[in-house]
Amino acid sequence: MKKKELLLGDEAIALGAINAGITGVYAYPGTPSTEITEYIQNSPVARERKIFCRWCTNEKTAMETALGVSYVGGRSIVCMKHVGMNVAADPFVNGAMAGAGGGLIVIVADDPSMHSSQGEQDTRFYGKFAFVPILEPSNQQEAYDMMEYGFRLSEERDIPVLMRVTTRMAHSRAVVEYEDVQAEARPMAFPKDPSSWILLPANSRRKYPKLIENYKGLEDVAAHSSYNRYFEGDDHSMGIIASGIGYNYLRENVGEDCRYPILKISQYPLPKALVCKMAAECKKILVIEEGQPFIEEQVAGVLPHETIVAGRLTGDLPRTGELNPDSVRAALGLEPHKLFAPAENVVPRPPALCQGCGHRDLYNALNEALAVYPDHKVFSDIGCYTLGALPPFWAINSCIDMGASITMAKGASDAGFFPAVAVIGDSTFAHSGITGLLDVANCNANVVVIISDNVTTGMTGGQDSAATGKLEQICMAVGIAPEHVNVVVPLPKNMEQIKELINREIAYNGPSVIISRRECIQTAKRHAAARKTNN
Amino acid sequence: MKKDIILAGVGGQGILSIATVIGHAAIKENLYIKQAEVHGMSQRGGDVQSNLRISSEPIASDLIARGCADLIISLEPMEALRYLPFLAEEGWIVTNTTPFVNIPNYPDSEKLIAELKALPHVIMLDVDAIAKDAGSPRSSNIALLGACSSLLDIESEKLEAGIREIFARKGDAVVESNLAAFRAGRAAANR
Repeated sequence: MKKKELLLGDEAIALGAINAGITGVYAYPGTPSTEITEYIQNSPVARERKIFCRWCTNEKTAMETALGVSYVGGRSIVCMKHVGMNVAADPFVNGAMAGAGGGLIVIVADDPSMHSSQGEQDTRFYGKFAFVPILEPSNQQEAYDMMEYGFRLSEERDIPVLMRVTTRMAHSRAVVEYEDVQAEARPMAFPKDPSSWILLPANSRRKYPKLIENYKGLEDVAAHSSYNRYFEGDDHSMGIIASGIGYNYLRENVGEDCRYPILKISQYPLPKALVCKMAAECKKILVIEEGQPFIEEQVAGVLPHETIVAGRLTGDLPRTGELNPDSVRAALGLEPHKLFAPAENVVPRPPALCQGCGHRDLYNALNEALAVYPDHKVFSDIGCYTLGALPPFWAINSCIDMGASITMAKGASDAGFFPAVAVIGDSTFAHSGITGLLDVANCNANVVVIISDNVTTGMTGGQDSAATGKLEQICMAVGIAPEHVNVVVPLPKNMEQIKELINREIAYNGPSVIISRRECIQTAKRHAAARKTNN
Repeated sequence: MKKDIILAGVGGQGILSIATVIGHAAIKENLYIKQAEVHGMSQRGGDVQSNLRISSEPIASDLIARGCADLIISLEPMEALRYLPFLAEEGWIVTNTTPFVNIPNYPDSEKLIAELKALPHVIMLDVDAIAKDAGSPRSSNIALLGACSSLLDIESEKLEAGIREIFARKGDAVVESNLAAFRAGRAAANR
């Protein structure tokens, strides 16, 4: 008997993975991917089956651990946001070369329009780059169904599978139907060819042509996949290729009976045969895809010049940002809906640090301490504390990627800048700051690193932080002198003490770390409520 | 039957609970649902919205097109106005009148209320006061749900069942408090 449940796209993926018999999920939190892992962490079935679901230190450790699971024959998933893939790219690309024992699905959630991100990169390019198949669900049911399908594809074709979702897929709910049955975990098994996971040049030179050959076969699989569908239409003045969530915006506007032929794409490599079929019967092809013009560029490159290819590159759809039913409607040449004019009495309401947050007190102290240096700069990082760039603080001057605060401050110091100050969160420090701090220590660089420790991964909703309870030991172990590893509590009453410490460490010619530690007020509230319930 | 609803508010006000209750009730009615939510950075005191679509026919898009929302439900008056271009000509706005002022340039509240009043189909209520008078000061979101319940084409009993279901794990007192807020909101809107 089938069960029905209202699930986020992320939750549908998680449930599909549990029911496909995974032994673990490996992930670092990142919007909009976080809820995949959280669903598994809260699932009684996953607990009973002892599915590994603790957060990893970063996306690279997550990806590599999953490679280990695959090597011994188990099924697992790796989850991250799009920029996490930059961190995990090395094991991802080279793992594709090695292959897959047990099925491995790498799930990456892109964030076009940058709702909670610093960029809009499209993960499908990584899939093509690494020669792996890509799944891109259009709805929550497909997201669920694609997990078992993806594991089989991974195992049969000896390759990791990439699943790409976008914000509106990850964070939208719909009813999913499923059989409440879990596949047995697979028995332990090792690679048939013992050299296949040893990427010595001699082995890799043998494997690389096979990887490329395998990719051709995968295109054939995509051409016959039920996730890619060609819908015939009578009006051949235009054909429409729509992928992932873009397909929904198309259907919203044209309904189920469309006069134009439609090619729905939810699996890659892009099946050239289906694209050529459309080009043979249509003068013009409109490409509707979320993210960057991945399909559009390939289609324009494949087809003869007489076919007009329209999409994001031609301005028929916006070059940047998410698609929506309105932008797709305009591209289809349909009459716009009648609208009320925008209201007059509306102003933007940007996100802000919570009242009572420790980051606020730290920035107040830091701003006062640095006021004596007229051109001071503070290199910072990714997390809630990045909001310190906004008024009333204006406290930081950079935010590039996870960990860049420490290394950029070192670079500035190397180039003669003083005082070089970095502000990084505790989870970001664990993720990608430790190696940078090792560089700082080894070079005795004149850098003050402030770890704003809220004892959690705050921005994504309060997940465990890998270095909690170990920050001082880590800093000393990489070579920061113990007298220059200090802890303060960011509260208004401690302002003078914090300012004094910052000034002292700036005056010291060498590396130092100040840990500004107070629990995130959101998690503190939750912990207090939990204690109340338990007592 | 088709209702395209935009739920609006400020991060932390509880718009997702309204969406969850309507979602539960809609499933009981065997309706199709799609509900796009906002998670992540903007939840930190920024503007948040959720697109909730319920229909007796399958739904394609997760997002509501401009000019097509049947209903804007907002826990904050300026946030109600933010989504005005999404409202259909015959659509309704049901909004709380208590402003949430966490920015220095918040508009003049008299002008704001006047602009809302000038629209053709608006219900404005101080749901914070309604919830407080009903003895449920923390349930203004559910009072607002009560206020718009007659516009949802879903039976009140099913919405109340949804409230019981989603608050059950928080205990009977929380369930009763939310039911009281719901009924008070509904009564206020019908006056």
